[in-house]
Amino acid sequence: MTGVPFAPPEASNFAREIDALFYALLAFSFALGLFLTVLVIRYAIKYRRGSGANRQGKRMRNLPLEVAWTSSSLVVGIVLFGWGAELYMQRFHPPTNALHILGVGKQWMWKFQHPGGQREIDELHVPVDEPVIVELASEDVIHSFFVPAFRVKQDAVPGMSTNVWFTATKAGTYDLFCAEFCGTAHSAMAGNLVAMTPQDYAAWLEKQPTVDSPVAEGAALYRALGCSGCHEGRGAVRAPDLRNIFGHPVALANSSTTIADTAYIRDSILDPDKQIAAGYAPIMPAFAGLIGESELMDLVAYIESLSDKGAPS
Amino acid sequence: MTARAIQPHSYLGEDWGIAAWLTSTDHKRIAWLYFVAITAFFFLGGSMAVLIRAELVTPAGDLVSDDNYNRIFTIHGVVMVWFFLIPSVPATLGNFLLPLMIGARDLAFPRLNLASWYVFVGGSLFTLFAILMGGIDTGWTFYTPLSTMFANGWVTTAIAGVVIVGFSSIMTGINFIVTTHTLRAKGLTWFRLPIFVWTLYATSLILVLATPVLAAVLVLLALDRVAGIGIFDPALGGDPLLYQHLFWFYSHPAVYIMILPGMGVVSEVIPCFARRPLFGYTTVALATIAIAVFGFLVWGHHMFVSGQSAYAGLVFSLLSYCVAVPSAIKVFNWSLTLRKGEISFEAPMLYALCFMALFTFGGLSGLFLAALAVDVHLTDTYFVVAHFHYIMVGGMVTAYMAGLHFWWPKITGRMYPELPSQIAASILFVGFNLTFFPQFILGFLGMPRRYHAYPAEFQIWNDLSSAGALLLAVGYAMPLFYLGWSIFRGAPAPDNPWGATGLEWQTSSPPPAGNFAQTPVVDRPPYDYELPEGLE
Repeated sequence: MTGVPFAPPEASNFAREIDALFYALLAFSFALGLFLTVLVIRYAIKYRRGSGANRQGKRMRNLPLEVAWTSSSLVVGIVLFGWGAELYMQRFHPPTNALHILGVGKQWMWKFQHPGGQREIDELHVPVDEPVIVELASEDVIHSFFVPAFRVKQDAVPGMSTNVWFTATKAGTYDLFCAEFCGTAHSAMAGNLVAMTPQDYAAWLEKQPTVDSPVAEGAALYRALGCSGCHEGRGAVRAPDLRNIFGHPVALANSSTTIADTAYIRDSILDPDKQIAAGYAPIMPAFAGLIGESELMDLVAYIESLSDKGAPS
Repeated sequence: MTARAIQPHSYLGEDWGIAAWLTSTDHKRIAWLYFVAITAFFFLGGSMAVLIRAELVTPAGDLVSDDNYNRIFTIHGVVMVWFFLIPSVPATLGNFLLPLMIGARDLAFPRLNLASWYVFVGGSLFTLFAILMGGIDTGWTFYTPLSTMFANGWVTTAIAGVVIVGFSSIMTGINFIVTTHTLRAKGLTWFRLPIFVWTLYATSLILVLATPVLAAVLVLLALDRVAGIGIFDPALGGDPLLYQHLFWFYSHPAVYIMILPGMGVVSEVIPCFARRPLFGYTTVALATIAIAVFGFLVWGHHMFVSGQSAYAGLVFSLLSYCVAVPSAIKVFNWSLTLRKGEISFEAPMLYALCFMALFTFGGLSGLFLAALAVDVHLTDTYFVVAHFHYIMVGGMVTAYMAGLHFWWPKITGRMYPELPSQIAASILFVGFNLTFFPQFILGFLGMPRRYHAYPAEFQIWNDLSSAGALLLAVGYAMPLFYLGWSIFRGAPAPDNPWGATGLEWQTSSPPPAGNFAQTPVVDRPPYDYELPEGLE
């Protein structure tokens, strides 16, 4: 980087739009700040004690003026709210064809796994011009996935599934930080986000050691942990068939219905009694504390892959 | 000594033994006890800030270890928030002035007032003990599960101190509320009260309503840590985000505890030095209450990327813009008060003008953080650090300095030296902006807060900030010397050196132990600067 930096690079689909609002806010603040500064300095000089300025027509209040500035402050506030809210809501609607990457924060590193199983630590390689969604979890304390050049940030909270999505628009190497204070080496929990052309990304994936994909690892766990015994209907115990569960509505024992999203599947593994599927006995053991975050993500990835709504792998 | 301005009947003149000071129930003496305590904490917290800025001069973490750096900024935050900012104006200037401003002989519960100081000191001993024994490294926010399951320091001891100090806040709050309701002089109706009294009243409401929630959440945290009850532990079915909700339910209103009294101070100073009634008095009074009420409804704006629901984010963003409106109104009112005035620029006025500029900057930067999508980028970066330092240090501490100089003649019976004070105010303004403005840029560039080491591209702005901190330290150290000097050598102060209108100026400087020789009767509106005053 040459010279004195004033702004971070704009390298994602969000960056330009968020910057537009940022600079609008900056212009508004500058204008209002300048107006007030000039006003106060002008009064301070003109009405300094002993000056000969005309002081006729003093007023202690001016109702129309007060109503005007109160209502215009409110209008400005509502406009800023609406503008910020509209952009914010995009965070919650990732494209359905996004590339799924698993990210786990732990003191003090970021671990990532690509759909093909390739793993990396404190570095994340992504293709440009392709939406990417990073599923986040934490193995210990709260961390926060932050890429300033992309204007995205999301906390990784223990016991919870969160995600962040973006489309990189410019190839390059950018800062990746942990933004939520996480203990001793918090500032060392940083690395690089490398955005590459799709060809370079494919070539990079090729060069990584071959390992099982999260779905394949999840499938192995599914058998090793005995899930298949009940859920595939061959054992004595009856449990719901998990094919085509993800993304579909599930009828619950309490007569409500929920969409089986990632959080639902996660919770149903960790604490099955929380939401019992209608028509089944609450007999599944809870897996909370028995499996790690990475295994849990693999297992969820496998169950999601059994559905027509699952991510294309 | 014989020429001292302190008359034998003044509250300072009665008995100078240590025991007399430590057992006095006179609100004016208790104000001094608080003043000594919080000044010590201010310089303790300030020295931690100097260490932080020294570490950040170079990108590598080479001055102190990472663990020590984390302890240093935690001590800075804990000490500055709970042991300086929260009690600052209310417990010192508020304690001294509230009875004087409403024409009362003391607060409603003088012994409760003294007890609150002992509770404050008792609580602070816990926290100081925790610091001396090796400190804590959780940040002042004590986020779970870092603070419950992963931190090794003296977390339980430190939060015990914070909980205990909270009771002192509650005692002061109750005392102020009852005093304002019951001890106003004859004729002093609510809409004749000085804005400073309105702000103390609003602050007290927040202290009484919000502090118990802090106590509750910190006790839960301690139980989680000590007994493993799992309220915030996901492995036991707990929820780390619940901690954040409860913590900010207190800590966001606490921000208004830390700024409303400052707004009250400048609402006294500006009319006095402009010799004009406060513009839109009723609106400012009502805006004060509006800020206190809305302040309770915006805590979730600290959590836009925490994983809370998108719709919660929407509601909290909208309400955050609503709470900005009464603050904006106040800035407009202070500005218009200057119009057609007779303005002079003694130190209190310079500090008040600094407050207006810095508070406005801080408030405008809040608009960025309330904008949801922009906050996603800026939260947990130096932009937030700059924002709240503009409000709490640029705003509250500057207002505190304005008030200290303004009422110094009344409190001590001595004038402070004018020129050094004006120089200190100017140094503060320049030093403050040099310290904190670069942090806005650092935040936009993406530098996260609480970083012991950082990428080299951020260095230039960190160095400017650290240089500013040196200047700022000079600006804060100067008053310690010249105000200290003036207690013994300052010119004796007349009863009303500024020709101000408040009741506190109608009694002698310093006031007698019972405040007023004759209980005043009020028949005039506040800030009645239009009538010819017996000035100079």
